[in-house]
Formats: sequence, structure tokens, C-alpha cells
Amino acid sequence: MEKPRIATTSLAGCFGCHMSLLDIDARILDLAELVEFHKSPINDIKAFDQHCAVGLIEGGCCNEENVKVLREFRRNCDILVSVGDCAIMGGIPAMRNLVPLEECLQEAYLNGPTVFNPSKRIPNDPEIPLLLEKVYPCHEVVEIDYHLPGCPPPADTLWEALGALLKGNPIELSYELIKYD
Amino acid sequence: MSETLKETVGEVCRSVEFDRSRMIDVVREVQKRYGNVSGEAMELIARELKTHRVEVESVVSFYAFLSEMRQGKVVIRLCNDVIDRMHGADRVLAAFEEELGIRVGETTPDGEITLTTTACIGMSDQAPAALINDVVVNHLSSDLAREIVWELKQHGNPALLVKNLGDGNNASELVSAMVKNNIRHRGAVILSRAATGQGLETALAMTPAEVIRNVKTARLRGRGGAGFPTGMKWEFTRAGSAAERVIVCNADEGEPGTFKDRVILTECPDLMFEGMTIGAYAIGASLGIVYLRAEYAYLKRFLESVLDRRRSEGVLGRGICGLEGFDFDIRIQMGAGAYICGEETALLSSCEGVRGDPKNRPPFPAQKGYLGLPTSVNNVETLCCVARIMEHGPGWFTALGSEQSAGTKLLSISGDCKRSGVYELPLGIPLRELLKLAGAEDAQAIQVGGPSGQMVGPDAFDRTICYDDLSTGGSIMVFGPKRKILEVVDAFLEFFVEESCGYCTPCRVGNVLLKKAVAKLISGKGSQKDLAYLQSLAETVKKTSRCGLGQTSPNPVLSTLENFRSVYEEVLVAGEAGLQHDFELSRAVSQAARIAGRTSAHLHP
Ligand SMILES: Cc1cc2nc3c(=O)[nH]c(=O)nc-3n(C[C@H](O)[C@H](O)[C@H](O)COP(=O)(O)O)c2cc1C
Ligand code: SF4
Ligand code: SF4
Ligand code: FES
Repeated sequence: MEKPRIATTSLAGCFGCHMSLLDIDARILDLAELVEFHKSPINDIKAFDQHCAVGLIEGGCCNEENVKVLREFRRNCDILVSVGDCAIMGGIPAMRNLVPLEECLQEAYLNGPTVFNPSKRIPNDPEIPLLLEKVYPCHEVVEIDYHLPGCPPPADTLWEALGALLKGNPIELSYELIKYD
Repeated sequence: MSETLKETVGEVCRSVEFDRSRMIDVVREVQKRYGNVSGEAMELIARELKTHRVEVESVVSFYAFLSEMRQGKVVIRLCNDVIDRMHGADRVLAAFEEELGIRVGETTPDGEITLTTTACIGMSDQAPAALINDVVVNHLSSDLAREIVWELKQHGNPALLVKNLGDGNNASELVSAMVKNNIRHRGAVILSRAATGQGLETALAMTPAEVIRNVKTARLRGRGGAGFPTGMKWEFTRAGSAAERVIVCNADEGEPGTFKDRVILTECPDLMFEGMTIGAYAIGASLGIVYLRAEYAYLKRFLESVLDRRRSEGVLGRGICGLEGFDFDIRIQMGAGAYICGEETALLSSCEGVRGDPKNRPPFPAQKGYLGLPTSVNNVETLCCVARIMEHGPGWFTALGSEQSAGTKLLSISGDCKRSGVYELPLGIPLRELLKLAGAEDAQAIQVGGPSGQMVGPDAFDRTICYDDLSTGGSIMVFGPKRKILEVVDAFLEFFVEESCGYCTPCRVGNVLLKKAVAKLISGKGSQKDLAYLQSLAETVKKTSRCGLGQTSPNPVLSTLENFRSVYEEVLVAGEAGLQHDFELSRAVSQAARIAGRTSAHLHP
């Protein structure tokens, strides 16, 4: 039987959630037995050319490219999981939602106390994706099937959840795996 | 600190004997005299009542009729509930705004007039209606609104706005209101005859236990909404060895579309006080409190006069009806504008002079209620029933109504019907018959029991009004064929968002999310998944909320999902599955595109 494929991406995240996935240590070998990694920063596959069973999303949407990628994931994965607080509710990047976009850019590139920018220009290369007016959690952009909270969710939580999803079992996480204080 | 404020606060606090539990009276009085309760005033009140400023502040910030910000000498509170909007409240509001030159929520620059909106003020049968300070103005139109403003600018005295007095006691000197009773049908129990006092005499000839047994035999259930058996409640309150007990009459009547207690308070106060006195005898209470909603302040002087008369007649006070040792008196506690204070434990909090937060149960009020004393809270109408049960006997009462639901019920009918008003009818009456009486046969939907009740359609018109089928505290709102069901649901949710006390998360946050979810559907951007989400969210809020408000606030959603599913399905989005259609990339990047001076590279999905 063909192995189920999974895809992962980091949108407006810090890669911490991906690091947590790698934190399953030696079990990564078991995982490689179980699944085939498709589009993911782990193997650097850039584009979807096959349908996937599960897509893991780290980070929310802060720019137009994030939206594009997230929509691709929705179209190419049966199950989408928001992994970590940034994907679920915007997280740290969403702190900018309290400040108008123009002021954010000015603070970041012109006025901030640690800024060194002799050109006094805000980067504006056509290659740079346009920012959204605020950072969106993933489920406000596409439908999300599961949310795994945590910053990042512990490796064991990811391992258990992924295992259950791939086997088609209900996700039943013990208290220890979803307790955060 | 200003000397006069200090003196005033001192005087007001002295009038309640520096009793901290009378905080609502104190802040209401300060608000009345100054148009606000300033930080300075809070400081002074706290000092006089030997409490902390934050206690005063938490009260002032909680109630709609109190404010820290100074309001105008005249405050116009226009009802913006769904029934009033159906009758043109939006046009009335626009006229008020234009004529005053301010927006809703603002005060005229000369500090004279404040304009605001409020939930149902108990005048749905004469909507659009507004309170101008304590004065009720009804049947408003935009012309009338302009006239009112013009007049207020001349004399600034709301009392002079009263032109055509209403019927019955509304026309009496102590009420002097334009309010109409709109009594459409007088039933056997309450509205057909005046109080005789016979019920009280009969009761006093029995032992308290016998009185309670009679109320139980009559199978009387609470008329305020929850329908708890009254006799049982009294038995629980009487049990135990407390030296002092309390009976409270719930005259908060906050459920939108309910106005039947208004009519009882105006026309049958003696019957209500009689029932309350019987209750006091039955449970062994010497203190009675009528919790009167702030919107009905125009009835307070009249009710006080009835109490005075009863005292002089010897049916209230010491040794009632010559019965040695039966001492009982009643005071009126004014509310300050909060729907949640109709919930009995929140009501007791409010009587105790704190924020109107519901309390944890157990202990129930019957065990530990007002100031820790065993307390029975009963609705206005329930108490009237008690007086008649004692007068005519329980058999007479059970012969009225249906097998399971004894007696009559006062129903307040409003909305798209020819004859809105109060109907006293036997319980068990089919909805269809009621609609015929009210002239609402073409109704598309009926909201039974107010926003916290349920919405039913024509396939339910043969169901009956009673405790086991369509239960209601009295509110019946009629929606004609042209009304948009989802907009009604949205308006009800707005009400609950406004009125949630904020104590528990499922209700405080859940109602906001419910409203958002309904708004998304109304905008035509919702999918089948959103419907499922709405359903599950509504169930969660219902199951996990702390008190009756949050446990019923999802009912408009749940009952329309069940009974009017097609109105939801008609507005579902047709676009690609899996996307959230209320997220528009072009709108989300428009600011950045303007700042960068270029267009998006990814606009095409
Ligand atoms: C949010 C909420 C609001 C309520 N408002 C009222 C009200 O305005 N009047 C009333 O009599 N009961 C109201 N109730 C019901 C009371 O809690 C209580 O059950 C009732 O006053 C008991 O009297 P009864 O047994 O005679 O009906 C409300 C309940 C809830 C949960
Ligand atoms: S949730 Fe935490 S670890 Fe994951 S991307 Fe956000 S900040 Fe990083
Ligand atoms: S359910 Fe609502 S009104 Fe009741 S305690 Fe919770 S927040 Fe307050
Ligand atoms: S007075 Fe407006 S709905 Fe009752």
C-alpha cells in the first residue's frame, strides 16, 4: 500500500513548531516509515504535485504569499491542522494588529531605536509580498480541521496527534499533552 | 473636594442610614442630582458607607442607568429592540439625532440633553417608545420626535411632554402617564375583578403550612419564566430554623416583549401586595421587597401610595388584620437598568447593593438569599394568583387552564398583529387561537418567551401555550411574512451580548462569537461548515454558561436552526469549498498596496 503523504509549511511563524516536530527524536525514523513527506521545509520540496492526507500549518497569515500557500494546502490536503498558537490565533506576529500598518513599517524600518537604515527607504521590491492589513489566524482564511495549541506544541503532542490522524483514530490527547502552565 | 457634593453625598447616605446594602439607592440619587456619579462622588460614597471606592465603581459601571461620565439633565432612552425597529424606531432615532444635532450616545454641547438607546422598556405594545428621564413617550414617529426635542429645548421638563393620559390608573394623578394598558382580554384570575382582600383573610385563618398546601394543591407554577412550583419554593424557604426570612416580588420584567407585569402593577397592585403578604405569612417573612425595574420608575409614587394606604388599612405593618405577631412590611427597591437583574440571584445581589452578578447555586435563595436569609423570589403575576387561590380555593384554580398547567396566564403580544396588548387566557390555549384573537393569522414566525425562548413557525400553531409545550413568561412576538428571520436572530444576539454580565466566558465571549457567525451567514459568505459550527457553538454556550442568561441566549439560534433551517440554507455561499469567503485578499492587501504604490502579485487565487 502507498504510504500516506504529509505536507508541512511555516507561514508567519518562527519555525519553532517545526523544531518541535523534529524533537520527536529517533521517532522521526518511525515517522519516515509511516509516511512520505511531500511539500515541506524539511525536504525542501517546493510545489504540490500530489495530493496529501495531512497538512501541518505553522504560523498565521501576515502577507499575501501566506494566503496563497495556505489556499494551496487547503486544495491539496484532506486534513489541515493549525499547529501552534501563531497558526491558531496569530500569536506574537499578531501583536502588530494593534498598530496601523503604516506605523508598523515606519517603526520597523525608519524610527525604531535600533534601526540602521541610511537609505531611509522602506523595502519595496516587487518580489516582496504585500503585507495584509493585519495578521490572520489560519481558520479565518481557509477551513481548518484541527487545532493543536502550544507555543510550540510539545513533540509528544505532535507525535500522538499525527499518529491518530494517520491511522484514522480520534485524537485523544492526555491532559499532560495539552496542559501549558 | 467640593463642599456641596460632600454635603449631598452625606445627606443621601444618611437617608439610608449609612447602610452599604442600599448602595443602589445612593448612587441612583447622586446620579439623579448630578447627572453622573463622578470619581469624586464615588470616593465620598465609599467613605460614608465604609467601603472601598472600587465597590462603588463596580456598581456604577454595571448598570445602564448609572454613569461616571456626566449626562444631560434630560436623558432620552429610545428602545431599539426588534419590535420597535419594526415600527420605525430607526427613523425616530434619526429624527432625534438630526433635531438635537448629536449622534446616539452623545450629549448636546450645552449639557442639556443626552440621546441613547436601550433594550425593551416594556412598551412593545405601543412602540416605538422611549423614556425621557422617567417619563414614557409612546407611539413615536419622526415628527413626534422633532416636536419633543423642540419642546424640551423650550422648557427642559420631561413631565410637560405628557399630553394625552393613558387609560385606567395611568391617568391617576400619581402616575400621570401616556402609557396605555391595552388590556384585550380579561381572564378569571387576575384582570376580571378588583382585589377584595378576601384571600389574605382566608389565609390568616389557616396555619402557614395549610396555606402552602393549598398553593401546592392549586398546582401553581411560577409565572416569571422558569415555572418552578410556588408551593414547593415556599416550603423550602420555610424549612430550617432561620429567625428571619424575606419575600421578594420580581417586578424586573426585562424579557423583551413582556409588559404584562406593567399592567398588573398599574391596575392590580393590591392583588399583588395581598399575594405577597400571604406569601410572607406562609414562609414566615417580616420583610418584603418589590424589585422594580428602573424603566417603571414612573409607577413608584403610585405603588408607594398603595403601600401607605394598605398600612393605614391594617393589611400591612404590625399585627396584620389584627393577627398578633404577624408583622410584615414591604419596601420598593429600584433597579438601575440591567436585564440580568431579573434572574433571581442577580436580583438579590442588586438588592444587596452590589453589581448584579448572579450567585453560585447551591445555596439556593430559599436557603441563603437576601443578606444570607432564606428568601423566596416570586414573579408579580405569581403572587396575584396566590391571592386568588386563597380567595376561591385551589379547586377553582385548577379547573381553569389545562390538565398539567393550572390557571390563566397573562400574555403580552406585540409585533405584526392588529391588536397588540395584554391577554389573560387559560393555560393550554392553542397558539392559533391566540393569533386569531390578536389579529396575526398571517404570521410567518412567533417568538414565544422572548429572546430567551423559542421561535416557531406555522407548523407549530396548533401547539399550546403551557408549561409542557410552548412555555413563556408572557412574551409573544409576532413576525409577519415580510420579516427577515436571520435579522431577528441577529438582533436578539445583540441584546444578549449587551446584557451578559460578563462573569463567565461561555456567555461573555460565546454570544459575541454567535453573533459574528450569524453575521457571516447573513452577509452570504457562510458555508455548510459554518452552519455546523454555529450549531455546536450554540450548544456549547448553552451547556457551559453559569446562569440562565447564557443557558438560554443561544435559543434564538438553536430554535431557528431547527424550525427555519431553510432561511439559513438559502444564504449559503456557492463558492469553492474549503475557503473562508468572508476573507477577501484584495481588501486585506489594499492598505499595503497603497503604501507600497504597487499592486498585489498574488491577487488571483
Ligand atoms: C436572565 C434572566 C432574566 C429573568 N428575568 C425575570 C424577570 O424579569 N421577571 C421575573 O419574574 N423572572 C425573571 N427571571 C426568572 C427568575 O430568575 C425567577 O425564576 C422568577 O422570578 C421566580 O418567580 P416565579 O417562580 O414566580 O416565576 C429571569 C431569569 C433569567 C435567567
Ligand atoms: S506557535 Fe510558537 S513556536 Fe510555533 S511558530 Fe508560533 S511562536 Fe513559533
Ligand atoms: S451566563 Fe452570562 S449573565 Fe450568567 S453569569 Fe455567565 S456571563 Fe453572567
Ligand atoms: S418597548 Fe421596545 S420592544 Fe418592548
